[in-house]
Amino acid sequence: MLTKRIIPCLDVKDNRVVKGVNFLNLRDAGDPVELGARYSAEGADELVFLDITATIRSNRTIVELVEKVAKNVFIPFTVGGGITKVDEIGLLLRSGADKCSINTAAVMNPNLLAEAAQRFGNQCVVLAIDAKRTEGKKDKWHVTVKAGSEPTDIDVIEWAVKAQKLGAGEILLTSMDADGTKEGYDLELTAAVSDAVDIPVIASGGAGTLASLAEVLDKGKADAVLAASIFHFGEYTVKDTKDFLASKGIPIRPVG
Amino acid sequence: MDYGVGNVKSVINAINHIGCEAKVSCEISDIETADGIILPGVGACGYAMTVLGDLSEVVRSVALNGKPLLGICVGFQLLFDESYEHGVHKGLGLVSGKVIPIPSTAPNGGRLSIPHMGWNLVNFPDDMELFDGLGDGKHFAFANSYYADISDADAKVAYTNYGIDIAGAVQKGNIFGCQFHPEKSGEDGLNVLRNFDRICKRNKQ
Repeated sequence: MLTKRIIPCLDVKDNRVVKGVNFLNLRDAGDPVELGARYSAEGADELVFLDITATIRSNRTIVELVEKVAKNVFIPFTVGGGITKVDEIGLLLRSGADKCSINTAAVMNPNLLAEAAQRFGNQCVVLAIDAKRTEGKKDKWHVTVKAGSEPTDIDVIEWAVKAQKLGAGEILLTSMDADGTKEGYDLELTAAVSDAVDIPVIASGGAGTLASLAEVLDKGKADAVLAASIFHFGEYTVKDTKDFLASKGIPIRPVG
Repeated sequence: MDYGVGNVKSVINAINHIGCEAKVSCEISDIETADGIILPGVGACGYAMTVLGDLSEVVRSVALNGKPLLGICVGFQLLFDESYEHGVHKGLGLVSGKVIPIPSTAPNGGRLSIPHMGWNLVNFPDDMELFDGLGDGKHFAFANSYYADISDADAKVAYTNYGIDIAGAVQKGNIFGCQFHPEKSGEDGLNVLRNFDRICKRNKQ
């Protein structure tokens, strides 16, 4: 049986890890190379690196940074932020990434998911969705793009199902409403997407107490949890997290 | 060996991290003089065999002559007779068996999500040198949609359970393979590579 994965996320801007609330008010959280090495050694199950300025396609220094981070990361490593072409994925994979996360460009050109899956295999293609609750409608969410700044009229569930058909191997699902609030994941959103697709869903946005992680893995039916603030600012270690989840009967890979 | 189908960089990062020297090459002279060969790979078997081309005979012959060989993921799947991924493709034929798709339904009726992606527990049989010092079993990182159905009586196999038993690693004499990614499986994965390094050094003496 596969274990549930604990995934620290490095949101990177100007070569630093940053973290905001609802995608705004960013504060510095450290050096990506150092944090990446630490999480890998501490028993995290994967690492995600997101260039929140979405400049991967044009910014050579970001690719160099990915390369530096990857040198000390011995767990699966996902990179995203502004990927628009299959060739850019190739470049990142050669730089040490194992998977690439695609967000806005897939909304603009869904076929990018299919092209990427054909060339590199669907295990390599992560679709990132920034979901926002649609006002006035219960349990309905729409896709937002460009780091959450632009709403679309695309329904999150329909998009997830379509992306799976196209070749996405995994969905990184962020609740814009919950992100950085530390008030818990959007359980309804996560469960609705998990029920609709067969591929793994990584829950993101809202990690606060360790109980909130257990909740989204259980009630939210997520396969993995992504968290940033709680790890970067030292509230919990990966080990604390895993020990707690194990005590709740959630299957995890034990740490050391 | 870099034959264009893999996360070679990740493998090299891990090899360097354990203090071991690796050369990325596809030159026949390098393959013949190396202490050991690592055949990495991500993607599909058929494509991997095609790009390996004539080198497959070189790899086969050094492996049959006793040089330690470690196949990782698709490199592991290449060790067998044939693969059924996108048609039927001949493998290196170093270990008897075939590479077939993971079924979408388990024997107990449960739905299996494909790819098999994430950390799964690999149970070690006795005397499998790749796992020396690692206890009875450990979790490793997998990402595969196909698996090896191994029929070789001379091969030792370490299995993982995913509703069906999936071969996580194989050893037949000096020929080793891991379906999982040791370079991406934390400290336990690095220990598997350290063990392979030891095997290569011992073989050299």
